[in-house]
Amino acid sequence: MAKITYITHDQQTHTIDVQNGLTVMEGAIQNDIAGIDADCGGGMACATCHVYVNENWFDKIPTKEDGEEDMLDMAFEPKKNSRLSCQITVTDELDGLIVNLPSKQS
Amino acid sequence: MIKTDALIIGAGPTGLFTAHQLKLIGLDCQIVDNLDKIGGQCIELYPDKPIYDIPAIPECTGEDLTNNLINQLKPFEIKFHLSERVEEVKKENEKWIVKTSGGKIFLTPNVIIAGGVGSFEPRKFPVKDTEKFENISVFYSIKDKTIFKGRTVTIFGGGDSALDWAVELSKNSKVNLVHRRDDFRGAEATVEKVKQLEKEGKIHLFTKYQMIAIEGKDKLENIEIQSDDKEIKKIKTDYALGFFGLIMQLGPIANWGLNIDKKTIEVDTEKFETNQKGIYAVGDICSYPGKLKLILSGFHEGALAARACFKLARPNEKYRFEFTTSSKTIKNRLGVKSD
Repeated sequence: MAKITYITHDQQTHTIDVQNGLTVMEGAIQNDIAGIDADCGGGMACATCHVYVNENWFDKIPTKEDGEEDMLDMAFEPKKNSRLSCQITVTDELDGLIVNLPSKQS
Repeated sequence: MIKTDALIIGAGPTGLFTAHQLKLIGLDCQIVDNLDKIGGQCIELYPDKPIYDIPAIPECTGEDLTNNLINQLKPFEIKFHLSERVEEVKKENEKWIVKTSGGKIFLTPNVIIAGGVGSFEPRKFPVKDTEKFENISVFYSIKDKTIFKGRTVTIFGGGDSALDWAVELSKNSKVNLVHRRDDFRGAEATVEKVKQLEKEGKIHLFTKYQMIAIEGKDKLENIEIQSDDKEIKKIKTDYALGFFGLIMQLGPIANWGLNIDKKTIEVDTEKFETNQKGIYAVGDICSYPGKLKLILSGFHEGALAARACFKLARPNEKYRFEFTTSSKTIKNRLGVKSD
């Protein structure tokens, strides 16, 4: 279990306990956090679960696998700390993770 | 006006199998899809990715699955209307009048929405004001490449479309290629070609840059791009082309008076009918308690929705359940010999 903080574009903060094994995307979807669409349902095929990982955390989470960077090319306003939240699996080590949501997903 | 027993919106796996079920029970149907090809997400998002949970098919790709479904439809005549989006659905005398972006009008008692997560639309530039230049100086697809002859074209993106067009247009235009990182995901040979053309001075490459502003009066004059290190460059250009892939948008479906929650349409689990009589939703786009977004669920939903269509399409006949293994009528429809 890890506490994940999602900060929406309009600076609303949602801190949620997310079970280990779920993804950061699933944590948002299951708790109705607006701003993550996840159209493809976690298949790394759509880039609509794009988040900006807090800079203190970016190097601490598991690195991108092949294909994620390619999909991020299609994300809305990607930055250096962009990730697809469907590719970040929650573990105890991620307790306290903060992600910012983009102004929109498409 | 085109009359049909059922109109299917969406030519993905669910739409295709629903068409099969309709034809099997003797109804005719037509299919509209916004993509220029058959297959929906399977063909657009993951043609090469293996799927392992189609019953009786241990492994197949999105493309294999699409081809098999098309093969299964071979005995039947089904009209596809591709590259057309359904814009309007209106009720008239117990029937539905359906209008497409291509100007086609259908009259049907049954509309089956097999729309996945919506229609595929190009992803657009995030920068404000690009909209006012759209289809004048800003494009997301190219229909007539001759308009770029002798002009400056700035292409954004790192995939095959961006690279292929950069190579092609560099023959007759001044081409800038802007991409957010050094790596390109396009085919290796094309990436090499682009780098070669850069050396020859035919393509100007700006990597680790993204668009931040666009300027012009009636047409585009300048764009501003910014690097990862916040360095800003102003580029004089006649055209900006964006190739960021496709995104799924619910689009006009939202305006048809259906109960929609989180981009999905509420249906019952007997007919997969929406809150509007004669409009059904099947596949990923429908929602009901326990809904699983699997292709196999779409097949089941389509089969039941097809039976429900029979009642409205043939109000004076009674639907009789038959097996394909034994029914002479069905075998005739399939064009196979009866025992």
